[in-house]
Order: sequence, then structure tokens, then C-alpha cells
Amino acid sequence: MTGSHHISRRDFVKLTTAALGTIMGAAVGLPAIGFLIDPALKSGGKDAWISIGKLEDMPLGAPHPFSFTRTRVNGWERTATNYGGFVLRRSENPQDILILSGRCTHLACQVNWREDAQVYICPCHDAKFNLEGEVLDGPPPRPLDRFEEFQTDEEGILLIHVKEG
Amino acid sequence: MWKKVFQWLDERLGLNDLYKAVLDRPEPKGNWWNTLGSASLFLFLLQGATGIFLSVYYTPSPDHAYDSITYIMNEVTFGWLIRGIHHWGATLMVLIVFIHMLRVFVTASYKYPREMTWLIGIGLLLATLGMGFTGYLLPWNQKAFWATTVGTQLAGTVPFIGEFILKALRGGVDLSALTLQRFFAAHIWVLPAALAGLIGVHLFLIIKHGESEFPTKED
Repeated sequence: MTGSHHISRRDFVKLTTAALGTIMGAAVGLPAIGFLIDPALKSGGKDAWISIGKLEDMPLGAPHPFSFTRTRVNGWERTATNYGGFVLRRSENPQDILILSGRCTHLACQVNWREDAQVYICPCHDAKFNLEGEVLDGPPPRPLDRFEEFQTDEEGILLIHVKEG
Repeated sequence: MWKKVFQWLDERLGLNDLYKAVLDRPEPKGNWWNTLGSASLFLFLLQGATGIFLSVYYTPSPDHAYDSITYIMNEVTFGWLIRGIHHWGATLMVLIVFIHMLRVFVTASYKYPREMTWLIGIGLLLATLGMGFTGYLLPWNQKAFWATTVGTQLAGTVPFIGEFILKALRGGVDLSALTLQRFFAAHIWVLPAALAGLIGVHLFLIIKHGESEFPTKED
């Protein structure tokens, strides 16, 4: 058949089957991939200003713990997540504040402030952070995360800006 | 290079023989009615694939079954398509399997030596209907709930052992979380396994005996 434009009936059927099969496979297969990876494509990123208490109630020079709960809808279920952290007022200046997240940067356990040792200790792997959140000991790869954006409103309430990833 | 790889594999797996036996076997002069078995097989595979995809999001609990399906339909990318294919594919599969059976009956293809192929085919038809019956409950909406109430109640009218059958189907006296769970188990494990096994034997027999010729005037 070389040089001719004819193809055999057998080859025609093979070719048509392969072509139709590919089209049908793609028509179901490609949407199926989107179906599977859908949650990874959704953007969760809501942000909010969260009140964490009156500034005047927080002591100077010692970490003051705070916590708050955020709920979000995952699929068909509402999930509440607790967040915790510490406010350190270095001076009377309402801008001179260090707000640390209590989430250990190693594997996300909640760290505790130990007054006697003046360190944050993570209960999971005995990691230690100093008052400024820097790593003193243990496996964490970086200092405790900070809430860089905060403000005090007219009533003296400290608000932090929280972004959800 | 590829020829060598193929040859190596062919010697060990018998790919050429497999291809000849499955796709290149001699056929009687057929017509489109002879393609319904292949169509049923294709639908089975399609239902299997879309069913596996749906199980990624579906949850068989009375609290969340309906919510999870609403989520699939409204939130998940192409969720409506995957569920739509599964939904309509199910209806089509029952239809195609039934017409396939009618064709075999009309052309008398169930006779010697294909009696076992026919009997296994009956099993396949019943399993397909079972898939339809169990799958119908899974959305856990009003239609599903009452259809299963009626369906299981019907099974309960069998003399003497009716109550036993009803309780076994429902997993208790009432339609409950237990019913949903066991219908789900039947729908994704028991019946598909039965179907796959029976299809394997059915196909083996078709390849072994070849397809039957249509009867002529003399027959």
C-alpha cells in the first residue's frame, strides 16, 4: 500500500478506535485530575483583626499568654482551630510590643513559658526559646513566628492581624 | 530499542498471543447487537473509575452523606461531571446489560457449549441490579430513603424468612445508619468484587468458545 492514499479497513478501525479512545479518555481523565487535586487549588486566605485583650491588663517585661479560636469550613464540616501566643510588653510604649506565636517552629506543638528558667519550652522535643523567641536549644529550624501587624484601638484593646494560609 | 524491549516482555508475558486471543480472534459475520457485551464491560470500568473518584469525597454516614454529595456537586472541580457520569452510567449499564441478555436469548447463543456463559451472565445481571439498588440509597435524600424503605419492605414479604431477610438487609428493624453503611460496603466492595470475578470467567469463556453464529433459516 506504500505510496497510495488507501488504508486497509483493519488499520482504519485501529486508528479510529485509538483516536476515539484517546478523546474519551481525556474527556473523563482530565476532569478527574482536577477533581482529585481540587482541595489543593482552593484559596483559603481569609484574614482578620483579632482582639487579644486590654493592653493595660498585660504586665510589663513578662510574657502574657493569649489564645483565640478560628473556625473554618472544610468540605462539609466546620473545623475550629485554637491558636495561642504570648504578648511581651517591653515598655509603656504601645508600639514596643513583641507578639509571638506559641506554635513551635519544629513540629507545631504549643510551647509554654517557664518563669523559673525564663525560657519557652516545647513539650514535644524539649526545644527551648528565649524571651525574644530565638532558639536556644533543640531541633527548631527558626525562631518562633511573630505577629508583626498589631494595633491598639481607642478603648485600649490590642488587636493582631491574622492571615489564614 | 523498543522492539527489543517489547520482544523481551513478549517472551515472558505472551503479549502477542494475548492480543490475538482477546482482540484479534476470528468473529462470525456480526452486527452491532454483538457489541453490547463490550459496551457493558466498558460501562463497568467507567463506573469503577468514577466510583473510586467519588469515594474520595463521599462519606457514608447519615450525618454527612447528603452534605458530602452537595459538596461534590457544588464545590469540587468537575464534581458534577464525575457524579453525573456515575449516575447516568448506572442507568445505562442496567439498560445495556438487559438488552445484551435479550440479544443472547433471541439469537439462541445460550445453547451448547455456552450454557455456563449464560448462567454466569445471569449472575452478572443480578449483581448489576444489586449495584443499582445499593447505590440508590447512598445520596441519603428523600427519594433514596423511601425507595430503600419500599425495596427492603418488599423483600420482607417473603413467606417465613421475610423478617430475617428484612433485618439482614437493613441491619436491624429500621432503616438506619447501619443500613447506609452495609449498602455502602455492598456497593463498593462486595458487589464489585463479585462482578469483577464473574466478568473474568465470562470473558474467558467467550474467548474459549468464540462468539456464536446467528442462526440461519435452516436452524
